[in-house]
Amino acid sequence: MALINLKINGKAHSVDVEEDTPLLWVLRDHLGLVGTKYSCGIAQCGACTVHRNGEAMFSCITPAASLTEDEITTIEGLSENGDHPVQKAWAEVDVAQCGYCQAGQIMNASAFLEKNPKPSMEEIDEAMNRNICRCGTYHKIREAVAMAANSK
Amino acid sequence: MSCDSPKMEVLSTEEVLANAKNFNAFLSIAPSGDIVIYSPNPELGQNIKTSFPMVVAEELDADWSKVRVLQANLDTDKFERQLTGGSGAMPHSWERLRKAGATAKYLLVAAAAKKWEVSADELNTSEGIIYHKASGKKIGYGEVANDAALLTAPDEIPLKDKKDFKIIGTPVKNVENGAIFTGEPLFGLDFYREGMLHAMIQRAPFGMKIKSIDDAAAKNVDGVKDVITFENSVAVVGTSTWPLMKAKKLLNVEYEPEGKVESSADHDEIFKDLLVNGKAEVKREDGNVNAAFKNAAQVVSAEYQCPFLSHSPMEPMNFFAHVQADKVELVGPTQTPERARSTAAEISGIAPENITVEITRLGGGFGRRLSADYVAEAVHVSKMMNAPVKLTWSREDDLTGGAYRPAVRYRFEAALDADGNMTGYKLRGVGMNAGNSTREHNFPAGAVDNLLIENVNYESSITTNAWRAPITNFLAYAEQSFLDEVALAAKKDPVDFRLELMEKAKANPVGGELQYNVDRMIGVTKVAAEKSNWGKNPNVKQGFSVYFSHRTYVAQVADIEMENGTPTLKKIHVITDCGMVVNPTGANHQVRGGVVDGMGHAMYGNLTFEGGLPTQTNFDKYRLIRMKEVPAVDTYYVDSGFDPTGLGEPCLPPTGGAIANAIFSATERRLRSQPFIDQKEFQDLNLGIKRA
Repeated sequence: MALINLKINGKAHSVDVEEDTPLLWVLRDHLGLVGTKYSCGIAQCGACTVHRNGEAMFSCITPAASLTEDEITTIEGLSENGDHPVQKAWAEVDVAQCGYCQAGQIMNASAFLEKNPKPSMEEIDEAMNRNICRCGTYHKIREAVAMAANSK
Repeated sequence: MSCDSPKMEVLSTEEVLANAKNFNAFLSIAPSGDIVIYSPNPELGQNIKTSFPMVVAEELDADWSKVRVLQANLDTDKFERQLTGGSGAMPHSWERLRKAGATAKYLLVAAAAKKWEVSADELNTSEGIIYHKASGKKIGYGEVANDAALLTAPDEIPLKDKKDFKIIGTPVKNVENGAIFTGEPLFGLDFYREGMLHAMIQRAPFGMKIKSIDDAAAKNVDGVKDVITFENSVAVVGTSTWPLMKAKKLLNVEYEPEGKVESSADHDEIFKDLLVNGKAEVKREDGNVNAAFKNAAQVVSAEYQCPFLSHSPMEPMNFFAHVQADKVELVGPTQTPERARSTAAEISGIAPENITVEITRLGGGFGRRLSADYVAEAVHVSKMMNAPVKLTWSREDDLTGGAYRPAVRYRFEAALDADGNMTGYKLRGVGMNAGNSTREHNFPAGAVDNLLIENVNYESSITTNAWRAPITNFLAYAEQSFLDEVALAAKKDPVDFRLELMEKAKANPVGGELQYNVDRMIGVTKVAAEKSNWGKNPNVKQGFSVYFSHRTYVAQVADIEMENGTPTLKKIHVITDCGMVVNPTGANHQVRGGVVDGMGHAMYGNLTFEGGLPTQTNFDKYRLIRMKEVPAVDTYYVDSGFDPTGLGEPCLPPTGGAIANAIFSATERRLRSQPFIDQKEFQDLNLGIKRA
């Protein structure tokens, strides 16, 4: 076990966990931040996506110990009042079915649009292909990302 | 509410409930005018949590913006059929929900009438306000709620005329959006209780039992509290999830055969054998198939096969149980909370009335959470550890843990006369723990003079469970693809061929009354042909499919265009007759979701077995459909005037057939097995997928 210092959503945290503990489990089991989801644990599905210094990152395979110098943003910290343009677009388009994958979708989309503010539909498909939605909300996700891009 | 009205203080749900008057199991109204509607059925993305309250609010004539929805816990006194499955929630509860809203409105109006000393029929309601036209008086529901709750309503309350619906039939956003998009704790996996232990389980391969356990290394992992054994399972218990994932990998459990230890090669042999030699149960027999086939001008036959599939909801199995001396507390994702309770009662020895079940939001179900196997595990561990326990399944556990969609092989045969009429039809289904692998009374039964449907069930050691649109999720594809093969042999257009059969069934149903509404089936077929410009565009190669399941009729046409010599799947038209559409947004989700689900599994999904275990243990090998692999899906609803039927499942079954038939139309390659990508006939097709 080791004391690991992290900066998450602008706040400093200190957690006492095994060095190899992925950020995902630090967030969920130790910091009460359950918005970031577990689904595959091997960086195949995107449900665990957070921002590391603004870039989308799979938290299920990244040891928290490697992130002590980084600014981590989770879905809980993406906006003050759920009003990030991507969240607003998601609500406007009514994207979700079960909702379990959507935090990861939103985190991927928001990081993507930061880097590529005016993407083509093909670029949206390419970027969002990282995230699996088992319920099949893909048509809506695509529409919402395009809407968020147009809203900025 | 006008833009000028003063900003109302927003009450918390607790504050609302503290002062609310309860009108019935579904509905409470507070003096503030805020309304709480309880949604009893487990929510797994079908959005019943929005559509049920819509129905109540409609008959109540509520202001939807004042409605809050809460998930009800298990309560068999207050609610009937508190489960999610069979696409049955809406049709089952339609009347009940309407009555609940209408009765409350009746009482509110009666209270206002009493207060104003006028007759109730001088009053009318709109968006939570009662009006007396004659005097210009008006009053909000909240102000008369307390009085209304003291009155009694008659048994018969008139319901609204559907044409007066203001909420039902309009797109209403998911009531849980805010919480979902900001990562609030909603799902079973998000449930934490101070002081609880975590548990994960190592299960035996199918057909095997524990021979020996070496848990020394596992116990040594920091964060592991204990390793315990029950039935054929070994549980690692500790203070958080990650240590348990590591500990599980360090467990050394030896297994030995107890029953059949199967591999996919075994299954192949079993299917071959049972299709010919299996003891078949006759499910339906009309006319004389032997004579029909003997006298046939042409016989068409084909075999179709589907693999075992995992449900793979994004949220893996998990459950919280706290077994105490005199009660049990259960919290988690279940499609069958009553089964969860009875399972816990059996294991703990505690009476059901002392067991509570809080139903969390489900991160997908697809039928997997109809089973209470993971509930049983949580209860066992909690009881043995004498502590509150949250059990988590890893994705590997989920993919290898059974309760699969069964593998099935079908043999179809059709007899055609000289004019291309199908005079005989035979189907033998061999299923692995599939129960009845056929739907013997569904079309084309009733349309064929000589028909024989048989079933052979093989008891595999691999466990199965209802998978979205059980049996029809594959049977529909196989049947609709086979009917295209027959149409081709008969030299008839696939849609015309089916319409002829349907008209025949309508005019002269074979074997007694049809168990499907052939008019509705003809209806969606014709609309599908029209909407897709069937056969009109030589550059668009199309495939047709139509199926009736779960009270709903769905026809699909898949469009493939050749782009630079490559067949490209661009669009699927879906024509649905589900009676009245309650929430168009929700409906579109279920239609598209069902099609994406059907397509993804037809194209990619596969579980192969070696030594009693699947080879595919995570999403790197078990392929789920992704964003780039989805064509456009156009939805259209036929208004047949019926009350709402379900949509959770019916749009899935026709999908595989529509796509396979379109692929044949474009390439002359017949796909008789799923997943398509593993078929020899598919290998060099280079099928592109591009949203039209």
